[in-house]
Amino acid sequence: MANFFKDNPDLLFHLKHPLMKKIVSLKERDFQDRDNYDYAPMDFEDAMDSYEKVLEIVGEICGDIVAPNAEDVDAEGPKIVNNEVIYAKGTQENLDALVKAGLMGITLPRQYDGLNFPIVPYTMAADIVSRADAGFVNIWGLQDCAETINEFASEDQKERFLPRIANGQTAAMDLTEPDAGSDLQAVQLKATYDEGSKKWYLNGVKRFITNGDGNVSLVLARSEAGTSDGRGLSMFIYDRDHKAVKVRRIENKMGIKGSPTCELVFKDAPAELVGNRKMGLIKYVMALMNGARLGIGAQSVGLAEGAYREAVDYANERKQFGKAIIEFPAVYELLANMKSKLDASRSLLYETSRFVDVYKAYMHISSERSLSKEERADMKYYQRLADFFTPLLKGMSSEYCNQICYDSQQIHGGSGFMKDYPIERMYRDARITTIYEGTTQLQVIAAIRGVTTNAFLKRIREYEEMPLKPELHSYRRILIGMTEEYEKAVKRVVDVDNSEYLDFHARRLVEMAGHIVMGYLLLHDTERNAKFRMSTDVYIKHGRAENRSRADYIANFDIDDLGYFKPDSSEVEK
Amino acid sequence: MGLKIIVLAKQVPDTRNVGKDAMKADGTVNRAALEAIFNPEDMNALEQALRLKEKYKGSKVTLLTMGPGRAADIIREGLFRGADDGVLLTDRAFAGSDTLATSYAISCAINKIKEVDIIVAGRQAIDGDTAQVGPQVADKMNLPQVTYAEEIYSAEKGKIVVKRRLDRGVEKVEAPLPCVVTVNGSAPACRPRAAKLLMKYKHAKTISERQNESEDYLNLVNDRPYLNINEWTVNDVETDDNMLGLSGSPTKVKKIENVVFQAKETKVLSDNEGDIDELIKELIDNHTLG
Repeated sequence: MANFFKDNPDLLFHLKHPLMKKIVSLKERDFQDRDNYDYAPMDFEDAMDSYEKVLEIVGEICGDIVAPNAEDVDAEGPKIVNNEVIYAKGTQENLDALVKAGLMGITLPRQYDGLNFPIVPYTMAADIVSRADAGFVNIWGLQDCAETINEFASEDQKERFLPRIANGQTAAMDLTEPDAGSDLQAVQLKATYDEGSKKWYLNGVKRFITNGDGNVSLVLARSEAGTSDGRGLSMFIYDRDHKAVKVRRIENKMGIKGSPTCELVFKDAPAELVGNRKMGLIKYVMALMNGARLGIGAQSVGLAEGAYREAVDYANERKQFGKAIIEFPAVYELLANMKSKLDASRSLLYETSRFVDVYKAYMHISSERSLSKEERADMKYYQRLADFFTPLLKGMSSEYCNQICYDSQQIHGGSGFMKDYPIERMYRDARITTIYEGTTQLQVIAAIRGVTTNAFLKRIREYEEMPLKPELHSYRRILIGMTEEYEKAVKRVVDVDNSEYLDFHARRLVEMAGHIVMGYLLLHDTERNAKFRMSTDVYIKHGRAENRSRADYIANFDIDDLGYFKPDSSEVEK
Repeated sequence: MGLKIIVLAKQVPDTRNVGKDAMKADGTVNRAALEAIFNPEDMNALEQALRLKEKYKGSKVTLLTMGPGRAADIIREGLFRGADDGVLLTDRAFAGSDTLATSYAISCAINKIKEVDIIVAGRQAIDGDTAQVGPQVADKMNLPQVTYAEEIYSAEKGKIVVKRRLDRGVEKVEAPLPCVVTVNGSAPACRPRAAKLLMKYKHAKTISERQNESEDYLNLVNDRPYLNINEWTVNDVETDDNMLGLSGSPTKVKKIENVVFQAKETKVLSDNEGDIDELIKELIDNHTLG
């Protein structure tokens, strides 16, 4: 009876952002499909109404099926039977419901049986699914792979593979190997072209592959013999119908236990090249990863939503010393901080999704006709924002998700340590979010360029210029002060002109930018809806204190101090 | 050859989520305070119909509901899940119908649809809990009936094979077509709304609902006839007016009283798995749980 979309008005608030008008118009090419497909929107209002109604379906399935299944799925997990991954019973039920509802190709064009939705409502669906079961979203969310096929594969490949995914077949992205994790340039899986059959064959091992036994897999492989870096890698599609891959094992993980994490052995597995040779890592994986990072942002936000709700429920129900524990400052402070981080993460999630939406829509349009000069500039503008906001989102929201789950469990006290409450599972599920699809440390490396090139600063200045009601001006003054302090800290680090010194302080600087960006996002949310005022107040004051401590640390840190940080590992070596 | 299937569905107040303002002071149901929903067991019936449609190509599923204008929502909910079309039977003349008058009106509407193979309905509605309308429709139409159905195995070669859920187990029965099947709540839940069907049919309306629509919308319905939900009044079906509405309803409510449960009846359970299972089943069946 629960509906995870309708019971959370914040989602509708973000769906109805003013920029959606532009996004929908670009995505629907001025509603050209209206006469060709009976489910295509007539106009902007019709499209928005459809997003809302389809998200209601997602919310209902998640509330009535996915969330109630989560506990059993966590306990049961997937297994291998006859070299085939069999999902937990609940996982299969979840998947069947979402397939029946036609929610497997949400962003794909209608010609491939997709719904042609923008990224924003798709991300929102992922947010909702993650709240219900953060492990399950990995399987459902791999429809991202279809988006990459849609961007880079040939027309023939698109026609053969995309409708399969849109109609319910699952996907996988096979990147990681035992010796190629964060450093994908080291990928070894061999792709050999056979002149006789005019086909590519894959040989080697992939590890930690989510849903590795999916129907359609995108595989990163070394197509250029004798090379050892990223330029020798290409992207391939492997179709499970070939039955040429062995699932050697399913990992026994700490969390997201319903999601099968596989070790795969490719043995003369026939595969198809996607796009151009040698562009596998440089171009296609980057696109795939950016989509996946946005997905982890959604997963983090949805999971944090679930954990926050568990905490509020428990704090209201649990009575100690004669009153509900929510009445104690130590508890309500935790809750307010959790809520402010949750609201900030969600606002950043949809801001980033909108940037991705605009530039991707332009990118697809550019394959149909040439863009005007203004359109090209507009696309570049949003692409650049998306490039820096995506790692910022992934890094910040996943860290916040972990903090929120930790605090939620803390509020539960001893009960939260037991399997009796869902927070125990959520806490375990959260842990992976700062690790996979690039650790937080790697997100910092991607985002730091937004600091050094002043891209974040430029956007912060734009937020500063946006109209605000008079009663909110005091928050803006705080944010302007934080911006000055941030600029000083950046200058101090950059002026040292030493890359190791920059790397050392990179996370501090990215987080400082993040606190300002999210402060502004919350402030402008409050401009549109006063309900965000509490989170804005809590977040901006917290962010100011956090930034001060970072600025202070940087101001009092000389390059020579780095020496104190290099551990003498001889003491711990066995 | 496909089947022609009619699903009888009712819009009911959601009595499963009763708040303190659910009843009026005079002891009648406060319909305004309760959300109007698709009767749950009618959903189970719809699922059985949709499964038959998938199994037998060329089959057609038509929803039939009787109620006020807003019951058109029931037809749309069916269309979103895979029904082909629907009929809303609505008229002041039907107001005040008890189960007898309701089943009479419904059977008249089915007669108008003609050549129906299977009529499926939920076992009972959660507002009245009578379980009478399905069987009475069968009786009025002189058709065989299968009640408490949990699964329709097949419907071919002039006969239907059905699994029935009974108190002490299940039985498999066969009946000649055409026939009426009433489906139990223990049957598989109905599938979710499908995104594409929802977008296709969300603009479907009855003629009454179209009254205040713009010209743009009317043109759209002209181009897309499937957006028209059939609305039948008493003039569209052949009926004997004396058998309709209040005059056709012998049921008279004599008195309604509030019943306060008192724990007089006790039952001793042992702590073995079987007894606990039984208890849980009983609590679910009587809606104490779930």
